[in-house]
Amino acid sequence: MAEKRRQFDGLSRELIALRIANELEDGTYVNLGIGIPTLVSNWIEGRDIVLQAEIGMLNTGPLAAQGQVDQDLINASCQPVTEMPGTCYFSDCESFAMIRGGYMDVAVLGALQVSEKGDLAGWNNPERGFPEHIGNIGGSMDLAVGARKVIVAMEHTTRNGDLKIVKKCAYPVTAVGVVKLIVTDLAVIDVTDKGLVLREVAPGLTPEEVQSVTEPKLIISPDLREIRL
Amino acid sequence: MDKVYPSLDDAIADIPDGASIAIGGFFTAGTPVQLIQALARKGAKNLTVMCQSMGPGNEDITPLVVQGQIRKAICNYPFYRSATRGADSPFEKAVRAGQVELEVYPMGTFIEKLRAAGAGLAAFYTPTGVGTVAERGKEKRKFNGREYLLEVAIKPDYAFVYAWRGDRTGNLTCRKTARNYNPDMAAAARITIAAVEGLVEAGELDPDKIHIPGIYVQRVVQVDRPNYIPSID
Repeated sequence: MAEKRRQFDGLSRELIALRIANELEDGTYVNLGIGIPTLVSNWIEGRDIVLQAEIGMLNTGPLAAQGQVDQDLINASCQPVTEMPGTCYFSDCESFAMIRGGYMDVAVLGALQVSEKGDLAGWNNPERGFPEHIGNIGGSMDLAVGARKVIVAMEHTTRNGDLKIVKKCAYPVTAVGVVKLIVTDLAVIDVTDKGLVLREVAPGLTPEEVQSVTEPKLIISPDLREIRL
Repeated sequence: MDKVYPSLDDAIADIPDGASIAIGGFFTAGTPVQLIQALARKGAKNLTVMCQSMGPGNEDITPLVVQGQIRKAICNYPFYRSATRGADSPFEKAVRAGQVELEVYPMGTFIEKLRAAGAGLAAFYTPTGVGTVAERGKEKRKFNGREYLLEVAIKPDYAFVYAWRGDRTGNLTCRKTARNYNPDMAAAARITIAAVEGLVEAGELDPDKIHIPGIYVQRVVQVDRPNYIPSID
């Protein structure tokens, strides 16, 4: 277990999601994972971004309001959703064919840990007490290897202050070397061949403070700035 | 070719102890709940079930666990998201106690293993799971410089599927995201039993909107639309 450090105030989960929404380009197909990634959908209304739900749907609309719920229309988190102009349905098998086939421009995923090499650990928390091959894999492994770009959305440390950006993942990995961008409550970090590049810091934080809660050595971008929303 | 059975109990009457059964549905959508309930009434034991989840959103399967009918489960999202709620679930308790064997695959691999069986393929190579615990015991091979894992097909004895409309010859039309695993499970199994909400005569379904061709479906039984409130935690 990584070392515990003091915690800082940063962006809310909603604002992490907004920062990621700003990173997404128009004209792209995007899959949002469970947790903070799902919140990204609140910030892309009116944008030319198509959301895929791995249950078998493209152009997934907003969450269904009360009275609008159709039990045959849910997303991969079992939330009732709605149709949009352009919605189409397909089987789960086809859904994963398009994911592995490289058609997802971006997957936004949550994580328990991310390594400096872009390894992602997000599907299994061994603290639950099962052998490490037993857990809720869901669609995360397919998305992590299939999407052209994987963005991780997470809090920078755990509630207990354990570090989540680490040299090497201690938890079972979802995929190896796939993460391209990490957006947390404290920072925006690019994963590059040379290492982790600190691109943006939360308002009021210094790069040294971000480094103090990040295990690998951060490379400070020459264009370092505050996170702008 | 009339494949309609008079009742759920008739449709599943021959399922023996030790059978393997693929069960369609993704959380609450498109789950053949009435067939699962019939299986609980019948009480066949020592079963292997293949399904997305063993509880969250699909609590209908819990009686099979409580009655000790399941020996092995093959899933991709077996547990409640919340560890607290999971700790109390009969399935998680049965796995911890060693009463049920659990095999977990990535979602895309899980359904592709069934698709392969239905398509007459022995196995396939997938990039999913390379470098993870999912690669244990599997052949790894490079194609064009990228590593892939060999995954073998799994062919269930039976499949339980759900459809919005079905005709007497077994052609099925699904609705919205309730399609999910149902088509590929129907093709994979030796005997597919379909629970359909609306049973119609041959010729009444739009031939261009059939998601599961009747050749994959051996038995059809009409059911009432189940009432689900979609939610898991």
